[in-house]
Amino acid sequence: MLAFKLAFRNLMGAGLRTWLNVIILSLAFVMIIWFKGMLDGWDREAKMDSIAWEYGGGEYWQKDYDPLDAFTLTESHSKLNRDQLNEIDKGNLIPVLISQGTIYPDGRMQTILIKGIDKNQSFLKLPTARLDTMINEIPAIIGANMAKTNRLEVGDIMTLRWRDVNGTFDANEIQITDIFQTNVPSVDGGQIWIDIDRHREMMLMPDEATILVCNSDFRQDIIYEGWDFKDLDFLLKEIDEIIKTKSIGGSTFYFILLMLAWLAIFDTQVLSIFRRQKEIGTYIAMGMTKRQVVGIFTVEGAMHSILAVFVGSLYGIPLFWQQASKGINFGMDGSEFGITMAETLYPYYTLGLVVTTIIIVVLTTTLVSYLPAKKISKMNPTEALKGKTT
Amino acid sequence: METQNQISINKLSKHFPVGGGKFTALKEINLNFVEGEFSGLVGPSGSGKTTLLNIIGSLDSPSEGEAIVLGRAISKLSTKASAKLRKEELGFIFQSYNLLPVYTVYENVEFPLLLLNMSATERKNAVMEALDWVGLIPKIKSKPPQLSGGESQRVAIARAMVKKPKLVLADEPTANLDAENSFHILETMLKLNKDLKTSFLFATHDEKVIKYLKRKISLADGMVAKDEYISK
Ligand SMILES: Nc1ncnc2c1ncn2[C@@H]1O[C@H](COP(=O)(O)OP(=O)(O)OP(=O)(O)O)[C@@H](O)[C@H]1O
Ligand SMILES: [Mg+2]
Repeated sequence: MLAFKLAFRNLMGAGLRTWLNVIILSLAFVMIIWFKGMLDGWDREAKMDSIAWEYGGGEYWQKDYDPLDAFTLTESHSKLNRDQLNEIDKGNLIPVLISQGTIYPDGRMQTILIKGIDKNQSFLKLPTARLDTMINEIPAIIGANMAKTNRLEVGDIMTLRWRDVNGTFDANEIQITDIFQTNVPSVDGGQIWIDIDRHREMMLMPDEATILVCNSDFRQDIIYEGWDFKDLDFLLKEIDEIIKTKSIGGSTFYFILLMLAWLAIFDTQVLSIFRRQKEIGTYIAMGMTKRQVVGIFTVEGAMHSILAVFVGSLYGIPLFWQQASKGINFGMDGSEFGITMAETLYPYYTLGLVVTTIIIVVLTTTLVSYLPAKKISKMNPTEALKGKTT
Repeated sequence: METQNQISINKLSKHFPVGGGKFTALKEINLNFVEGEFSGLVGPSGSGKTTLLNIIGSLDSPSEGEAIVLGRAISKLSTKASAKLRKEELGFIFQSYNLLPVYTVYENVEFPLLLLNMSATERKNAVMEALDWVGLIPKIKSKPPQLSGGESQRVAIARAMVKKPKLVLADEPTANLDAENSFHILETMLKLNKDLKTSFLFATHDEKVIKYLKRKISLADGMVAKDEYISK
């Protein structure tokens, strides 16, 4: 208690130097929380978007399906059983049939995935209702990125070529009936969405599907023979990996800030212990043990971080508040880079994040303050009183 | 006889390592002090005054022999025990005042009491009393940089006296002061010596101080050259 009182008086007495250190440290605080909050917000949004556009409450995969290997597509489709068809009727499952094809926009050739989906589905955000039009061509919807890279517009007509279940080539015209805007690249690039019934006819695969997307309130403990259930933890793993890489990249940035603050405090401590030898000698002459004096100087250094918490919250809280409610606009679309990312990001700050950051910074600052202060215990009090120790 | 001594120094020597060899700063000193003395170690620069004072103050320890201060053998004290001795029984006054610059006059004087874990009211009473002794109540809120040398040294005296120690050790307390301020300081200390029975031991070569001493111990080359009681 005494050490805190003395340390506080000494810090206030030191004036400008104290405040410079405190401000650097508070910047480190705010940057760490800001950056982490941004990543957490991104992580949350990316996951929510992926769930809303693609994964629902999880997916059943036909046992041979491997999204990383396009060659498995010729094998990875099965006829749906009675139970599955029932659940589809009830709106609990959405069947998706996936195969490979080629489109020829403007005479160019482009290999794509054809994804047939139930045009009456209601719980994925994909605008599948736009597949329900009576036109001569096969209605198809694509994402904005797919449209951009292939210079496609609504109303464009082009040839689609595919191999049916027997390996026989076939072709037909498709027409783009909608271009949708999404932050989820895995429903956008390199693929077209058509009605699953048309797709089954084209492929000669009646009642078949590659994956079944579950509605989020659907009981997922049902086992369908020949199908593997993939839960959200599994499906969202990729996003977790990306976020982890980003946060490692970001750490170096705020580690540099912290290093700056630590250096400034370390330097202040070394200097003050050197300059305040007489004071140290006086403390000892008045009956303090060296350990108590080390304690005062350590607390004094560590207290920078406590002050930094207050200073940081002065500008940090309004900043975080504003960003968490209004969002941060990056003016670019992350899906162009193949990462799920909204144009406007809503940072997500949790109490846990703030508390852990404070604890880590206070502990490290204490250590940085203690290391130079430890030197006091080696000082000879009579030399310290003369102010001559080196 | 010996038990009544507040300080008794027996065959005390102090060597400092210098270069490869050693320098003898104090040589076989024998001295005894009783309670309530107003005495001084005098002698030319380098004669060992500060060295002896520091040993008596348990800031340093003898190389040979012993100093028994208030019943404690200095050479045998643990760091904790010597800190306790200084905290509870001793007061120090230095040539350069050694006030804590960021503290007010009040806080400087309060400091030794904080170490003694005294209650707030007890502290307040004691601090005000000590500041009254040295006539500094009007400067209670000032900080050391705003004080004159004489005022600073009076704060230092109040700080040394506030816990009513048995013994005050003062190393060249007047070296930075003019005649008028020196006079004032010595009068104050003399009064406290009389009123509170506090012993004072000076280290000085200032004639102004020497005039006030009731006992003058002359050191020369680390040895006691003369030990005289001066009747006034
Ligand atoms: N730590 C030390 N290492 C080596 N020599 C020392 C040390 N401290 C003191 N001395 C030497 O011991 C001798 C006595 O020093 P001391 O400080 O006691 O003298 P003093 O009588 O107080 O002198 P002054 O009047 O100048 O203050 C001096 O010659 C000094 O150089
Ligand atoms: Mg001296």
